[in-house]
Amino acid sequence: MQLTRAGFLVLLWLFVLAALRVVRSDLYAASGLRASGLPGFRRSEKPARGSKAPRQLVVTHGALTGTRISLDGRPILIGRADDSTLVLDDDFASTRHARLSMRGTDWYVEDLGSTNGTYLDRDKVTAPLRVPLGTPIRIGKTVIELRS
Amino acid sequence: MKGSPVPTGEGSPGASVATSTSPGLRAPTRRGTELVMLSFAAGLVTLALILVELNQERSLSLRILYLGLAYLGLFACAHLAVRRWAPYADPAILPCVALLNGLGLVVIHRIDLAMEGTVFLDGSVWDPVAFKQVIWTAIGLLLFAATLKFLPDHRMLARFGYTFGLVGLVALLLPGVLPGFIAPTINGAKIWLRIGPLSIQPGEFAKILLMVFFAAFLVSKRDLFTVAGRRFLGMDLPRARDLGPLFAAWGVTVAVMVLQKDLGSSLLFFGIVLVLLYIATERAAWVVLGLGLFSGGAVIAWKLFTHVQQRVSNWQDPIARYEVIGGGYQISQSLFGLATGGIGGAGLGAGRPEMIPEANTDFITAVIGEELGFVGFAALLLIYMVFALRGLRSAIAVRDSFGKLLGGGLAFAVCFQVFIVVGGVTKLIPMTGITAPFLSYGGSSLLANYILVALLLRISAAARSPQRAPKPKPQQPAIADQHTVMVERPK
Repeated sequence: MQLTRAGFLVLLWLFVLAALRVVRSDLYAASGLRASGLPGFRRSEKPARGSKAPRQLVVTHGALTGTRISLDGRPILIGRADDSTLVLDDDFASTRHARLSMRGTDWYVEDLGSTNGTYLDRDKVTAPLRVPLGTPIRIGKTVIELRS
Repeated sequence: MKGSPVPTGEGSPGASVATSTSPGLRAPTRRGTELVMLSFAAGLVTLALILVELNQERSLSLRILYLGLAYLGLFACAHLAVRRWAPYADPAILPCVALLNGLGLVVIHRIDLAMEGTVFLDGSVWDPVAFKQVIWTAIGLLLFAATLKFLPDHRMLARFGYTFGLVGLVALLLPGVLPGFIAPTINGAKIWLRIGPLSIQPGEFAKILLMVFFAAFLVSKRDLFTVAGRRFLGMDLPRARDLGPLFAAWGVTVAVMVLQKDLGSSLLFFGIVLVLLYIATERAAWVVLGLGLFSGGAVIAWKLFTHVQQRVSNWQDPIARYEVIGGGYQISQSLFGLATGGIGGAGLGAGRPEMIPEANTDFITAVIGEELGFVGFAALLLIYMVFALRGLRSAIAVRDSFGKLLGGGLAFAVCFQVFIVVGGVTKLIPMTGITAPFLSYGGSSLLANYILVALLLRISAAARSPQRAPKPKPQQPAIADQHTVMVERPK
């Protein structure tokens, strides 16, 4: 009887550990937004770490603060439209506000004709501008930057 | 990421980037993991049932295995529903719920065995409820699947925010104001509606409706609440006119406390509003103000109402009031049960749950604490924690603010409810009488919680699914070069 009692408790804890194992892989992933955050892809990305290529986009101010999006070479649309990569919920942002796209190894930001404009650091974005690492891009009340 | 170059969508409008690339780019749905965990949970539940039957010295038969398989079948159906309608949902949430609900069923059955043939003071005989709870579970899973099917996007809920708020408010307050024959007072609380043979607790559903309302309301009005008023003690206090919703929530809470004598629900409701406000504004000032209001209200209630005074003095010293009517008997028995359980527990089916009053509803966690001991009880709390963790994680990862608020609120609600129940049973806070989510006997609570799980899975599916690729546009030359390159008009 003692054996079954202990056995059941052990199994119960095994379930807890199994559940934690299932969630563990997600704990380190950037935000679950992109497949590249999953552990299988992590290893192949490691060598890139030394170089200064931007690897993610981070929201530093505004309602979405803390959101991270892994960069995988596809352009990133920012705006209030539902199909944007980063959906802003901000009265000062336009439906299609700005786009970040990669050319060569650099990322460029361009304004898509927004009402209130896009600012790279202090400068208003009128033509596509190269975005250096860690430079704030301001869109309405949201500030994003690229990080490696 | 290596291999298969990502097509740029050049020339082929309509070809979705996410689906046309190799499977390596697609986020795994992890539905297989969920099925394995569900089988594990069903196995544990079957084992628990076998242990109960063994310890009660009842004959074992193949019937138990069939019951276990039926349980697995039930959740396999839920799993298929998830696979069909929310393929990217979180894989850990449903198994946790399956295990909690299954253990609840086993413990309810075990209490039925202990109480079999008991005759009460008013002459009524104990009515076994395990089978009813199985039916409620099945209905709950049906509702779960229906919610997933008819709600393909959680943002649809935001549109009906105010409607939900009104319905929720009415549902919350209805039992308090209706006459006694429809809304009877049971165990001192007036929170049930009796319609024919059914008793429902509309408050359980109101909890979800009001959360939807508050999330929708805060998303549309959030900016108002972040406008700072005066600074005080290093905090930005909100402006006085923005305090409206907080006072409204406080008023409803007090109304529930006064009209229905239901302390647990009012605490739960107020806690949820505070947390939603905090998530929306990230300002500690709201929490401090809210807690101040709540403690003020609690002190006034304690001065005015005898039932509150009773609860508090029962909490301060249950043993001293052991023999007083409405005194510390319940909490004392629950504490004795937990003490009997000790570290390792008495073993499933070997405890004495008949000594604990309200064993299958408010005090079910005390029964589990007695039979599984501290070790098992801690595991149970951890399962709740994993559930809440996944809920909050989905809320962080989802991309729209409404989803963030709703997900955070739902996950917190379950967590807070467990805190109120377990805190009451273990004499950490005054006992308030509220059900343990998924464990306690009670149809309304179970149905409402299954809807809650469906909503959380919906939000987690939105958070984890690979986003739709932006609609491929006809390729343009790089814009920087446009001034110098002749562009042919597309034919």
